[in-house]
Amino acid sequence: MVNAINDALDIKLAEDKSVIVYGEDVGVEGGVFRVTEGLQQKYGVERVFDSPLAESGIVGTAIGMAVAGMRPVVEMQFCGFVYPAFNQIISHAARMRNRSRGQLETPMVIRMPYGGGINALEHHSESMEAIFGHIPGLKVVAPSTPHDAKGMLISAIESNDTILFMEPKRIYRAIKQEVADGKFTIPLGKANVLAQGKDVTIVSFGAMIREVQKAMVMAKEAGISVELIDLRSIYPIDRETIAKSVRKTGRIITVTEGPKSFGLGAEISQIAIEEAFLHLEAPPARVSGFDVIVPLPKGEHHYMQDPYKIFYEIEKIVKY
Amino acid sequence: MFNEYNPIDNKVFQIIDDKGKVINKAMMPAVSDEKLLKAYKDMLFARTADLQIVSYQRQGRIYTYPPNYGQEAISGAVGAIIGDNDWLVPAFREMGAMLAKGVTLKELFLYFMGYEDGSKFQNAKKTLPISVPIASQLLHAAGIGYEIKYNKKDEVVFAFVGDGGTSEGDFHEAVNFAGVWKVPVVFIIQNNQYGISTPTRMQTASESLAIKAVAYGVKGIKVDGNDYFAMYKAVEESVKACKNGEGPVLIEAVTYRKGAHTTSDDPTKYRTKEEEQQWESKDPLRRLKLYLEAKKLWSEKEEEKIIPQYKEEVDRQFIEAENYGPYPKEDVFKYLYAEMPDDLKEQEKEYERFLQWKASKVK
Repeated sequence: MVNAINDALDIKLAEDKSVIVYGEDVGVEGGVFRVTEGLQQKYGVERVFDSPLAESGIVGTAIGMAVAGMRPVVEMQFCGFVYPAFNQIISHAARMRNRSRGQLETPMVIRMPYGGGINALEHHSESMEAIFGHIPGLKVVAPSTPHDAKGMLISAIESNDTILFMEPKRIYRAIKQEVADGKFTIPLGKANVLAQGKDVTIVSFGAMIREVQKAMVMAKEAGISVELIDLRSIYPIDRETIAKSVRKTGRIITVTEGPKSFGLGAEISQIAIEEAFLHLEAPPARVSGFDVIVPLPKGEHHYMQDPYKIFYEIEKIVKY
Repeated sequence: MFNEYNPIDNKVFQIIDDKGKVINKAMMPAVSDEKLLKAYKDMLFARTADLQIVSYQRQGRIYTYPPNYGQEAISGAVGAIIGDNDWLVPAFREMGAMLAKGVTLKELFLYFMGYEDGSKFQNAKKTLPISVPIASQLLHAAGIGYEIKYNKKDEVVFAFVGDGGTSEGDFHEAVNFAGVWKVPVVFIIQNNQYGISTPTRMQTASESLAIKAVAYGVKGIKVDGNDYFAMYKAVEESVKACKNGEGPVLIEAVTYRKGAHTTSDDPTKYRTKEEEQQWESKDPLRRLKLYLEAKKLWSEKEEEKIIPQYKEEVDRQFIEAENYGPYPKEDVFKYLYAEMPDDLKEQEKEYERFLQWKASKVK
C-alpha cells in the first residue's frame, strides 16, 4: 500500500504543478513510513518538503495555499498527532466554502496513518474516523487495499473538498497486490461489496477488512454466508449499498477499531434501522474498540478486533 | 528603517506628534496631498460608519459588532497601499482595509446581521472572510505567501491579529513558518492594549510584541499605530522588503481601542476614564487632521459638510442590508461541499417535507 500511495502522489505531482506535498519528515527521509520516498529527489524541495514540526501550522498553511489555488497534500505523521490541527481542520478547512458562500475553496488532502496493531507507543494507534465524520464540510475516506489506496488518493487530490485520507498503517506493507500502472480513480463516497452473502452483512473499512475476511473463512466452515461491504468512505456514507445489503441478509454487524460509543458502528446501525427495519432479524451488532484508551503494545490484543471476536458476533447474530 | 528601529531597542517608530507636527522628517513618506486627503476621508468614513453601527446595534437592528473606533490609521495605511492583487487576511477589526479591497459596508452589515452572504465579497478579490478563532487566520496568510513565492508572483499578503492573538500557538506557528519559508507576508499586530478585558501586559512577559520578530529571525518594528504617516511608512517599507524576498515582516502597531471590544462588552469594568483621556490626544484622526489643517488641506467646515453625506451613505447601505430579505433554506445546505452528498440532499428534502407539514398545521 505504501508503494501505491507513493505512486498516486507521483502521478499527481507529475501532471499538476499546483500539487505539493509536505509535512514532518516527508522530504529528505521520505516520511517515517517511507510513503513519500524519492518524491523530493524527483520534484524538488519546493514541491516536496519537510515542514516545521507543528500540525496546526501544516494544516493552516495548507488552507492558505488551497484558497490561493494550490492543491496541497499534507501528512500528519500519526493520527494521534492530529489534535493540534483540529482548530484549523474544523474551524477553517471544513468551513471556508460555506463561510464564503462558495467563493473560496480548500481543495486539500490531509493524509494520516491511523489504527493500531503495530506495537507502537501511546498516540500512535487511534482510529478516529467518527470524530472527523461528525464534522460538516469534511470528507473522510480510508482504503483497505493498495489498489483502492491509489485510486482513492488520486480522486482525493482531484476533489475540490478537504479530504481526510486515513491510511491503515497496519496493512501498509502487509498486503501484496498488483496495482495497475498509470492513472485511475475510484469515486469517493461509494462503498465496495467485497463478497456477496445471504445470512449477515458486515460493514467495515481499512485494516479491519482483512480481519473480517479471516472471520469469514470460519463462518463459511460453519455454513454461514457473509456479505462484506468495504465502506471506503466514512463520509459521505453510502447508505444505499448498506440498505440494499441489509434488506437482503436481515442482519448487520459493523467492525471498526475506534471506541464503541458514538462511533461509526452506531451510525451504520441506525442506517440499517431506518432503511431496512422490517427486514431485520436481529438487532444490529457492533464489533468495535472498548470505550478506553488503546492499550500499549502488551495489552493491545485485548482491544483490537481479531477474527475470533468477529466470528463470535457472527455466530451470536445468526442464532439470535 | 528596520535596522534603525530594531525591536531589541524597543523604540517606537513615529513621524508626527500628538499635535500633528512632523518630528521625524527624514522618515516622512512621499504621499501626494491628494492621496493624503483621500486617506483621511476614508478613515473619517470608517469612523462615521463605525459610530453609526454601534447605534444601530443599540437599536437592536444588528447583532454584536466589534468597533474599530480609535484604530483607523492602521487599516487606513494598509488600505492606501494594498493592491488589487495583494491579499488581505483580516481578523475582525479592519474595516478600512476591507473597504479598500472592495468589500462594501452593506456586506459587512449583512455579516453582522447574520447572513453568510456578507462574506461573499462580490467586488473584493483576494480577501478572506472575517476570522473569529483568534490568530488562526495567520497561518492561512503564511500559506498564501507560499503560493505567491511558489508561482513567483509580485504580490504581498497583509495579515492582521490583535495583541491577545499573539499568545495563541497559531501566531507562533504562522510567523515561524513564514520565516522559515521567507514568504511575502506583512503580519500586523493591532496592539490596542486589551484582549477584551485582559491588558497586553498579561499576555506576555516580552518587552514588546514586535520583539518576538527577533526570535523568529524576521524583520520587525514597533510603530505608533495612531500615527498615519508612521504606519504608512512602515507598511510601505514592509512591502518593499517582502517584494525583495526579505519577508516576512512583523509590525506591532500600538494603538488604543476607544470603543468596547464588541457591543456586548463594558470597558468601564476594566479601565479608567483617566486612561481613556490620556489616549484621547493620541487619536489618529485628530492628529492627521491637525496636520492637514496646518497645511490648509482640510478644515472643520469641510468636515462638518462631509459627515452628513457619509452618514447618509452609511444609512443607505444599512437599509439595503436590512431589506436583504429572507434566508433561503437551500443556502443552509449547498455550500458545504463541491457537490452535495446524497445524505445531505435527503436531509434537505426531509426538512422541506417538515416545512410543508408545519405550514398545514400552523394557522
